[in-house]
Amino acid sequence: MKSMKTKRAVGNAITYVFLIVLSIIWLFPFVCLFLQSFRSYNENGGGMVEYLLPKTFSLDSYKWLFSGESQFVRWYMNTLIIAVFVAIFQTIVVLCVSYALSRMRFKGRTFLMRFWLILGMFPGFLTMICLYFLLKQFGLTQEGAIPGLILISVASSGMGYYVTKGYFDTIPRALDEAARIDGASRARVFFTMIIPMSKPIIIYAALVAFMNPWCDYVFASYVAFGHSDSYNVAVAMQRWLWTGDYQGYFTRFCAGGILIAIPVTILFMCLQKYYVEGVTGGAVKG
Amino acid sequence: MGKNANSDGVKKKEQSSVGKFFSWLGYDIKEIGLTFTEGDWKSRVSYLIMGFGPIMRKQFLRGFAFLAMEVLFVLYMVGFGWNYLKDIGTLGTVARVLNDNGTYTYNDDSFLILLYSILTIITICAFILVWRMNLRENRNEEKLLKEGKPLPTIKQDLHSLLDSNFDKTLLTLPVLGVFVFTVLPIIFMICVAFTDYDKNHQPPTNLFSWVGLENFKNLFTFGSSTAGASTFGSTFLIVLSWTLIWAFFATFLTYFCGMGVAIMINKKGIKFKKLWRTILVMTIAVPQFVSLLYVGKMFANDGLINSYLMKWGWISERIPFWSDPILSKVAIILVNLWVGIPYTMLIMTGLLMNIPEDLYESARIDGANGFQMFKSITLPYMFFVTGPFLLTQFTGNINNFNIIYLLNQGGPTSLSLTNKAGYTDLLVTWLYKMTVNDTNYRMAAVLGIAVFVVVAGISLVVYNMLPSVKDEEGFQ
Repeated sequence: MKSMKTKRAVGNAITYVFLIVLSIIWLFPFVCLFLQSFRSYNENGGGMVEYLLPKTFSLDSYKWLFSGESQFVRWYMNTLIIAVFVAIFQTIVVLCVSYALSRMRFKGRTFLMRFWLILGMFPGFLTMICLYFLLKQFGLTQEGAIPGLILISVASSGMGYYVTKGYFDTIPRALDEAARIDGASRARVFFTMIIPMSKPIIIYAALVAFMNPWCDYVFASYVAFGHSDSYNVAVAMQRWLWTGDYQGYFTRFCAGGILIAIPVTILFMCLQKYYVEGVTGGAVKG
Repeated sequence: MGKNANSDGVKKKEQSSVGKFFSWLGYDIKEIGLTFTEGDWKSRVSYLIMGFGPIMRKQFLRGFAFLAMEVLFVLYMVGFGWNYLKDIGTLGTVARVLNDNGTYTYNDDSFLILLYSILTIITICAFILVWRMNLRENRNEEKLLKEGKPLPTIKQDLHSLLDSNFDKTLLTLPVLGVFVFTVLPIIFMICVAFTDYDKNHQPPTNLFSWVGLENFKNLFTFGSSTAGASTFGSTFLIVLSWTLIWAFFATFLTYFCGMGVAIMINKKGIKFKKLWRTILVMTIAVPQFVSLLYVGKMFANDGLINSYLMKWGWISERIPFWSDPILSKVAIILVNLWVGIPYTMLIMTGLLMNIPEDLYESARIDGANGFQMFKSITLPYMFFVTGPFLLTQFTGNINNFNIIYLLNQGGPTSLSLTNKAGYTDLLVTWLYKMTVNDTNYRMAAVLGIAVFVVVAGISLVVYNMLPSVKDEEGFQ
């Protein structure tokens, strides 16, 4: 018995060592990012340096972000606006599509599902120039890039119904039938029964939709091209790092990154439970 | 089963559905005829003036809706659609005319002609469907009247939109959105693959025109061209093979490592399970452009990793993580582990807890050790359950733009590759570069079609091989 116990203890010790090493690897870049964001601008002019710990801590980079010199606040608000609207509308669209596909049997249902599946196999960037042109027709590029980006994200979101539909499929149909026998219409069933029962998946859908615009670089840079008022944070900040003078912007990038990462991470951590539920369900159901 | 169940269905159904389609078409044409011969004069007039029958039968809402659609269609065709559709064969003949005062008058725009022609063709198809609905409406109304039943009132019509026809209410806008912002652009780009739309043929200054299969021939020309640089075909093969290698490693390494981490955290006797998970999940929570751009800089020549390795005297020269083809491939796969493991870990954690505990119990009684149990219980179960997930991960990685582009922009580039491709470029990042930097739309469109073929092909083949598809009851 004793040998079993020591064996287990050794096994656990090794596991702990592993987990601690993993945690260090996983946190290391974020710690670096955090520390570097507080490096004083006088050290190497805010560029990259060969050491981790700043010699003098200061809020230079943060001050600069909020000063008139940079448009960071504007970019931040742009992204926030996009994220909020996309989260709201995309969730609504996905819920509508999922309910219709999960509960109703209409002509062309399987055709629609297959057709969307095939559409999803085309790479998204393929259609970039055409989308740009379409947006331009509506005046939604450059100055109007923000509503344009919202429109693009929401318009095609119906195709991402899989996870939500999978969730709806697990709600027993008998509930619907019972309500319908009592005279409730489809719309009533949807609004007063299905939606209140689907809180976890609604939160999941909204959370994913909210987080995506923060990384949207590809299309955002294309649509807002040359009009810095309409940049989102991803577009603006990668320009700092990729232009020739990135040395002057490195700590500023770190500071901006922290300002973006902290609220998004906190939100994510609070809703983590729902996220896990969503991805696990989605992965198993495909 | 959602996504993948359907991809399977597509193929199986296709063979039988061709026959089905034609019998349906024949039946439909027969019904169109019957509606005319058996119908009253109101229905017959409806063949020309849509909605005439319903209006005469006091079905004003439906009738006027049909009539309005016909009027709109005619206006659209006359005022807009036909102007573009008539030029689709040539995509325009005169781009611009030089005026006497030195300015240009722009005439034909190939882009607009192509785009609006596609729109017009689809509109015509849609109109034919509406026309068919109009006939069916007439037939149904006549049938109801003959049986002495009342026709639905406007109120009933509207109420049905919230009840029996609720699907139409829910789906109209999403389907329209997908149509305008996905279907139309994709058809347009497929057409562009058959034209010479590139930087020398940019509307409105210049026209582009149909070139048939020339771009596809270009895709399949291998060997070196006269200028010394490799041809498009050989570069394509290099990029394609890296795309597949990348997708393979990115998928399976994260899969197994993620499973390993999940097993470690789930192990009995390990404390702070939530803490470990939370630490790992940070990489999902922090927006990728922040973390990936930063990590990319960490691996740079003057980045932290090189600097510290130098300082500690472990290396004497800086490691060129981003300028050496092999090293950058390895680095990208490693960084992808950092990004991908937490995600897999989350999914695995949920699944591992679903494995019936008595399986392990009986194995333990039979004297199996930990590794044996992993090999013959955990692994088969996981493969069985996560088959579709692995497939979506694989196809997702083929299109994994962010990690490649944010870390190294597909570099290092080389003169031996054409069209500014780099050694870590995936097909999609190459496509992106070609669109944005080169405005080489013709080849970008061809690449897009190639990606589609690869993804669709892999999905179909693999899906039919999945154990959970072949043997659904296997683990139940």
